[in-house]
Amino acid sequence: MTHAPNSLRTGPDERGHFGQFGGRYVAETLMPLILDLERHYRAAQADPAFKAEFDYLLKHYVGRPSPLWLAERLTANLGGAKIYLKREDLNHTGAHKINNCIGQILLAKRMGKQKIIAETGAGQHGVATATVAALFGLPCTIFMGAVDVARQQPNVFRMKLLGAEVVAVESGAKTLKDAMNEALRHWVANVHDTFYIIGTVAGPHPYPELVRDFQSVIGDEARAQILEAEGRLPDMLIAPVGGGSNAIGLFHPFLDDEGVEIVGVEAAGEGLDGKHAASLAGGRPGILHGNKTYLLQDEDGQITEAHSISAGLDYPGIGPEHSWLHDIGRVRYEPVTDDEALASFQKLTKLEGIIPALESAHAIAAAERIAPTLGKDKVIIVNCSGRGDKDIFTVADALGVEL
Amino acid sequence: MTRFATTFAKPRPALVTFITAGDGDTGAILDALVAGGADVIELGMPFTDPMADGPAIQAANLRALAKGTTTATIFAIAAAFRQRHPNVPLVLMGYANPMTIRGADWFAAECAKAGVDGVICVDIPSEEDAELGPSLRAAGVDLIRLATPTTDAARLPDVLNGAGGFLYYVSVAGITGLQQAAQASIEDAVARLKAATDLPVAVGFGIRTPEQAAQIAKVADGVVVGSAFIDIIAEHGDAAAPYVEAFTRTLADAIHGAKEIAA
Repeated sequence: MTHAPNSLRTGPDERGHFGQFGGRYVAETLMPLILDLERHYRAAQADPAFKAEFDYLLKHYVGRPSPLWLAERLTANLGGAKIYLKREDLNHTGAHKINNCIGQILLAKRMGKQKIIAETGAGQHGVATATVAALFGLPCTIFMGAVDVARQQPNVFRMKLLGAEVVAVESGAKTLKDAMNEALRHWVANVHDTFYIIGTVAGPHPYPELVRDFQSVIGDEARAQILEAEGRLPDMLIAPVGGGSNAIGLFHPFLDDEGVEIVGVEAAGEGLDGKHAASLAGGRPGILHGNKTYLLQDEDGQITEAHSISAGLDYPGIGPEHSWLHDIGRVRYEPVTDDEALASFQKLTKLEGIIPALESAHAIAAAERIAPTLGKDKVIIVNCSGRGDKDIFTVADALGVEL
Repeated sequence: MTRFATTFAKPRPALVTFITAGDGDTGAILDALVAGGADVIELGMPFTDPMADGPAIQAANLRALAKGTTTATIFAIAAAFRQRHPNVPLVLMGYANPMTIRGADWFAAECAKAGVDGVICVDIPSEEDAELGPSLRAAGVDLIRLATPTTDAARLPDVLNGAGGFLYYVSVAGITGLQQAAQASIEDAVARLKAATDLPVAVGFGIRTPEQAAQIAKVADGVVVGSAFIDIIAEHGDAAAPYVEAFTRTLADAIHGAKEIAA
């Protein structure tokens, strides 16, 4: 695809930087592998057979295209802009994560790697990775913080059923960032035969770029679908942002459309004055996990703990392209608290018969806040990035219900 | 001559020791290392997310942070060390974020002020040198680069470009403290590296005993021992210094005499 020279879609530069963000901040042991991955990705991009196999699997295995659903009852309830939901929750394995895993397992195959590893927080990326590893017959190890193992039992069981080994990481705070540390440690010791499927648009270049490219199917489809439904582009896009892969996937194809306002939603947890996971609203630029990006940290650069009711958003950083889009002002990032997300989780379930992931409920909450302020002639697309089955225990607990 | 040049000009291999700042009674442990015969001191800057380290050093990082160790503490430890030991090279080793959070120029100036001779940053490869390298070099502080078993011939010139002090050969593709590489592979690698640079080559990762250290010292200019010290400090806490000194002496004796025995 060609873009105008000043396009916002041409990043990163050849060194993997989006403005000051991104890059390749990894141990020397990994550098040759990262460079090798980049070479193989460039070759894959130029190979029509790669795209054909990717598209085939997305259509026949994942179930794409996912529908763009006009949420009429939610729209009527809010009394403002018309709201469409991009139904990534209907994908095989229940979230957008599978799109990226399909792309990366095809890369692993091209590179001749025999083993797959991944990190996971809520478990959606772990389930998606275990799924593609099963499909391609490769042994798979998933690193997951011990705290997340305890609070996401159904997904842990799914991964094991799919044949993956789940390693409960006991270091640090025992959540997603510690799982990522442990996956990097394992990778450094097994670079010769192991492919690391990173689950979001973070990590060393070329991961933020290739994950974004694989997830851009979301925005490409949404664009065609809204043109068919409304005969025009939307006025606004809204998506939840942890690392930010579903969000960048929806946003990227629209970045050059000046008339489309774009909103990313960060997890504000107990509020920005309390424990939260809003790296942009409450953090500053730093270096972690192979890239420079906004991070939650103290004045000495020690990483501080993130908190969100959604295990999938519970990470102290964000993808570097989001940090750049934030700094240049192309995307507006808004915080949504645990309580707001919990209320929207229930509201969408009751009004539309769709139980959203808690991640997605954050985006719904932002839509609830914004839609009433816009006229009825306006159109918003909200990314329903995943389904909420995995979160019903967390929600029940928060509502004081015993299952 | 710089402290590195003086140290590595000696006709014997150097013992390079690593401990984590703020873990145990750091001042006493540093004195014990020098008294036991350590030639170069690596002082680890504790970080919440030490991605390249094994369980022993991860735990040391968390112990140090739990005791309230800050960047200011580390520079105070370094400056006090320099007062007591004017000639022993001191290296800060750590991760990019704590080193760059106040700006690379600030960090480099603090290093120079405290008498730090060199810096090893685990997660700044030569591709991202601009993040820290120019500031360190301008301040007269050596940026010590790492070479690994995966660093191929095509890449080595980039790794050496801008490198100073000594070259640290990470002998194992892995994390600190766990396994040791085969002697033959280390000998091949060191020969390859020495053909490419005039910098002294120190070898580390997985070296825990005087016997292992002596083997490597036959071919290398320096031998790095870290996790074995961390284990002693984990066991003895604030009372670790005499144990550290005794262990250092066994390593120093083995390393310093290695080339004479070989010859």
